Amino acid sequence: MRQVVRSGDYDLDLEELVIEGEGDRMTLSVGPHHPSTHGVLRMVLEIEGERIVKATPEVGFLHTGIEKTAENLTWQQAITVIDRMDYLAPLSNNLGYVLAVEKLLGLEVPPRARILRLLFTELQRMASHLLWLGTTALDIGSQSVLMYAFDLREGILDLFEEASGARMNPSYFRVGGIAQDIPEGFEDMCRRFLDRVPERIREIRNILDENPIWLDRLKGVGVISAEDAIAWGVTGPNLRACGVPYDVRKAFPYAGYDEFEFDVPVGENGDCYDRYVVRMEEIMESYRLCRQALARLPRGPVMVNDRKIALPPKHEVRQSMEALIHHFKLVSYGFDVPAGEVYQALESPRGEIGFYVVSNGKNKPWRVRVRGPAFYNVFAMPVMMQGALLADMVAIIATVDPVFGEVDR
Amino acid sequence: MSGVRRQREPYTGGAEAMAYVRDEIVPALVAAFGDGVVPLETPFEMPQVQVAPGQLAAVARWLKDRGFNMLVDVGGVDYLPRKPRFEVVYHLLALPQLWRLRLRVPVEEDEAEVPTVSDVWPSAAAAEREVWDLFGIRFAGHPNLTRILMPDDWVGHPLRKDYPLQGPRAQLPAHAAERNRYHAPKLPGDPPGTAGLPGGAKGGK
Repeated sequence: MRQVVRSGDYDLDLEELVIEGEGDRMTLSVGPHHPSTHGVLRMVLEIEGERIVKATPEVGFLHTGIEKTAENLTWQQAITVIDRMDYLAPLSNNLGYVLAVEKLLGLEVPPRARILRLLFTELQRMASHLLWLGTTALDIGSQSVLMYAFDLREGILDLFEEASGARMNPSYFRVGGIAQDIPEGFEDMCRRFLDRVPERIREIRNILDENPIWLDRLKGVGVISAEDAIAWGVTGPNLRACGVPYDVRKAFPYAGYDEFEFDVPVGENGDCYDRYVVRMEEIMESYRLCRQALARLPRGPVMVNDRKIALPPKHEVRQSMEALIHHFKLVSYGFDVPAGEVYQALESPRGEIGFYVVSNGKNKPWRVRVRGPAFYNVFAMPVMMQGALLADMVAIIATVDPVFGEVDR
Repeated sequence: MSGVRRQREPYTGGAEAMAYVRDEIVPALVAAFGDGVVPLETPFEMPQVQVAPGQLAAVARWLKDRGFNMLVDVGGVDYLPRKPRFEVVYHLLALPQLWRLRLRVPVEEDEAEVPTVSDVWPSAAAAEREVWDLFGIRFAGHPNLTRILMPDDWVGHPLRKDYPLQGPRAQLPAHAAERNRYHAPKLPGDPPGTAGLPGGAKGGK
């Protein structure tokens, strides 16, 4: 027996919702357009009553060919498309890419640029976790948390706008430093924002932590063991919720994280609730890192003093022939990067994002392979959904925090 | 119940771990597999070896048994016009030892096929589908080698270097190419006979 139920009166090749089956077992297709799938994920579920027997994620609906596009842009231009992969953490993507290219070039960025990068990536982590928190709470049924979380995230986006001019896809980092120095008064603005964070996070945790509905929906739901998580390539907060204290910032320090003091929050059970707590704790660790970064922000340049990499300052371009030539060359041709392969891993809000960058010595990347953490996390979801209730699917997808710009690239 | 978390010491010391892989594990791997494994230079910390496609399954099993429990990534690279044209690149990680190792498997264009490692590391299953989808490299023994990012009926493999950037539609038929050609507008002051030429009044080709 095959019964096709269509929602809406338009004609589609893909069935919006297919119910078919023999006896108690049926197949249910959820998505790709479904509010709880956080983007465009299609889940093909085999269910027996309310129990999920088998789940198969289908991805690719947001494939935009970013890796191919990056191969056809100069090294510096490629930053803008890499920005748009994980659209909730564009600066983490930026950082991974520029660090990889800087490794190939053998560049050392000035201390001010290094610490500003760290500051902005940590702000980005907070923003990403806050958005995750708001949408997850909404999925589980708590509307007010969405408002609290987005209000705080708004403050971070304002900071991004102040520094880079863009709220969502700042493309703020450059190979060799950052695009421009932070404006006057930015540090105070940042401090004023940070002052709001602990109180607000406390408020949100007061709402959620011991809320019976929240606990019912998340505790013991979507459990994955540490061994399974490692075997399926799960990283980031999802792995740490299983009790594995693996954090790239500690394990393979980059961008000066080894000089800063922070802890790695770890869960125990690997369920949805632990993933929630780990992220909440991580927001506070990012808060600590931002405070430290602001306190020890040195003065100085924010780009390397290498005219073959960094644009000359405007006043020089107006007076010096050489500076004009450098300017022209950098804007039109870019710069060559020595041939080689490099893998740069870093801790994005979703886990280990890896950039495998191959150069053939020319002004464009030969290959930018991106290891998206969300890609692997999505394909570990069937393990978490085994035997779960149909309604738990929503909680599991939400707490795994996939971003499909990055899964599909 | 809430807020109490067991704080475990995070894993640290990745740099020393990679030095250990370079000095201890890679020589052992080479000794075990002979010609099938060639150690490569390691310019940026991460040790790497070249593995012959025929040996990959055995090498993967060997490494898994020695602690490389996470397959971080599988990716393809097209080195056109080099021969062998493709390379499949595996990044491995061992937790908690923090060893990292990169396997590079050269693949010929004619028989673009390597054995799957999805039976060793389940995370490979999805990543190998992506390599098949975008590069057209087959993985022998893969349980479900179908397209993952592109539509199922897509023709071609977009990340190959000879695949046009704007997709197959970029190769326009002749009449469409003519229609899309740039025609400069006739401007006052243009010499007679120059209108419509690319480059306008300057009469370039």
